[in-house]
Amino acid sequence: MEIAISVKNMVKKFGDFVANDHLNFEVYQGEIFGFLGANGAGKTTAIKILCGISSPSSGELMVAGYNIYKNRDKVKKSIGYMSQKFSLYDDLSIAENIEFYGGIYGLSRQIIKQKTAEYIHELALESYEKMRVIDLPLGIKQKLAFSVAVIHQPKIVFLDEPTSGVDPITRRQFWEMIYREAANGTTVFVTTHYMDEAEYCNRVSIMVDGRIEALGTPSELKNQYSASSMEEVFIHLARKATRID
Amino acid sequence: MRVIRYIIQKEFKQIFRNRMMLPIIFVMPVIQLIVLSYTATFEIKEVRLGVVDMDQSYSSRELVSKFQGSPFFKLVNFSFSIAELEKEMQKGDLQQIVVIPQNFEAAINKGENPKIQIITDAVNGSAASLMTYYTSSIVMDYNRQILMEKQPLLTATTGIRTPYQFWYNPELDYKNYMVPGILVLLVTMIGAFLSGMNIVREKEIGTIEQLNVTPIRKYEFIIGKLLPFWIIAMFDLAFGLIIAKLIFGIYILGSVWLVFAVAAIYLLAVLGLGLFVSTITETQQQAMFLAWFFMVIFIMLSGLFTPTESMPIWAQWLNTINPITYFMRFMRQVILKGSSIMEVMDEIISITVYATSMLSLAVWRYRKVN
Repeated sequence: MEIAISVKNMVKKFGDFVANDHLNFEVYQGEIFGFLGANGAGKTTAIKILCGISSPSSGELMVAGYNIYKNRDKVKKSIGYMSQKFSLYDDLSIAENIEFYGGIYGLSRQIIKQKTAEYIHELALESYEKMRVIDLPLGIKQKLAFSVAVIHQPKIVFLDEPTSGVDPITRRQFWEMIYREAANGTTVFVTTHYMDEAEYCNRVSIMVDGRIEALGTPSELKNQYSASSMEEVFIHLARKATRID
Repeated sequence: MRVIRYIIQKEFKQIFRNRMMLPIIFVMPVIQLIVLSYTATFEIKEVRLGVVDMDQSYSSRELVSKFQGSPFFKLVNFSFSIAELEKEMQKGDLQQIVVIPQNFEAAINKGENPKIQIITDAVNGSAASLMTYYTSSIVMDYNRQILMEKQPLLTATTGIRTPYQFWYNPELDYKNYMVPGILVLLVTMIGAFLSGMNIVREKEIGTIEQLNVTPIRKYEFIIGKLLPFWIIAMFDLAFGLIIAKLIFGIYILGSVWLVFAVAAIYLLAVLGLGLFVSTITETQQQAMFLAWFFMVIFIMLSGLFTPTESMPIWAQWLNTINPITYFMRFMRQVILKGSSIMEVMDEIISITVYATSMLSLAVWRYRKVN
């Protein structure tokens, strides 16, 4: 299988604090990879490094087939990112946000127009079209942010807690979008705190105190820890954590 | 280029959707020009004067009438008690007291040197020396009159005469001096504050991370972010110059093109400062305070209110790294004196060097990757 992300001995230190302690893992093209861990385990730090907005202290990194040190620009063209913080512009309308990010990624006017119509239709945003993003419900904002993150059809999309704070129906719809994207061949790298979502992933890793403690398919991990759900697996591992959030 | 266009387009949309922006762009220049130009003046008119005339003679009354006739003085209290007037000064109702002693006239008639006493409220030192200067010219004037009465052979032609000519600002109107300075203040504030705050705002709401993940290049981001404020500041300069013409009748004696060309370069230095502030701060509050800190010091040093030549040597040295000083000098020279490009070449070179280094420093400090 084609490897989308390869991480070898990745370390990130902030002074004496080791946020990421020798991470090693591979993510395959087209899979949904769940990146789990308690608050403060080091997930966001790792995602930021993989997206090229933070530099690792040491380690070998390949993202979308490129060395992240040497080909940062090529990596950036091949990835999408939806951060924990809300990333659309509140004071612009839906269409203006789509236009801006489409433009930044170098899409032509025609494609931007096409994408705008497509998203508005898919997300049933017809009645919200002219509204500024600030006035949209959170669920719609999150779905829109995801759509914008994949507007340039990246090989990999990184989602940092995309469903935190949204209702169960919207979460389900969100995961349907993730599945659709993965079905198109996009690799999805997602962090979450919802263990039912972990079950939807092809493979998951669980981070504890800056280290990856477990990695495998949800059923493999459940067998390994003789647990009936991912939640039990997670609690079993996360209990060992010594870091205080 | 396309990317830059998309950023600029987005910035302008956001700028004009911000309710505060239109007042800042259109109302602030008018208010600043009017309020500061009329109020920041060192001229003193109607000094509140108290007189103690112990002599009650023809001569003493004549001297007092000189004060009464002067537009610089307003006689507000007449008393026989110095102590009473001192109390008034303590309260702040009097700024100056003139005491004419007994035997003032007698001394004049005997050909002795009569003395009068002048007491000045010197809390504001420069105002005090100005008041004292006014007072002594009135006394000297009266002195000359007495001399001429006593010795009619001495005429007004005797002695050295000094006819004055005030160039560039013949009426010594302080507003002429202030208006070009206020214009400098205006474009500086627009450039430094708005640009820095704008970038930090993206940090605060988190969109900067999203931008940093895109293949957007550093120069595209910086140009896209700064150009809108460059345009707004240039527009405000034009707007301010029109107001200066309409309200104060002050117009550019030199070349209009020169003013705008040098302002264009100067703004790069100011925008560079704004960008630099944004690279070392995380919140709009921090950016505001830091920009304010630089601005207050630079503005005070720039010679907007007080001449730079009278500042201590260390302050003058500090002024060599103050971009506002150069632009202030340039604007006053070209607007009030009509200086040509060669006559302000020193300022232009300094501004250009400053713009280049400030912008380079800011660009170097600006990081897409932590």
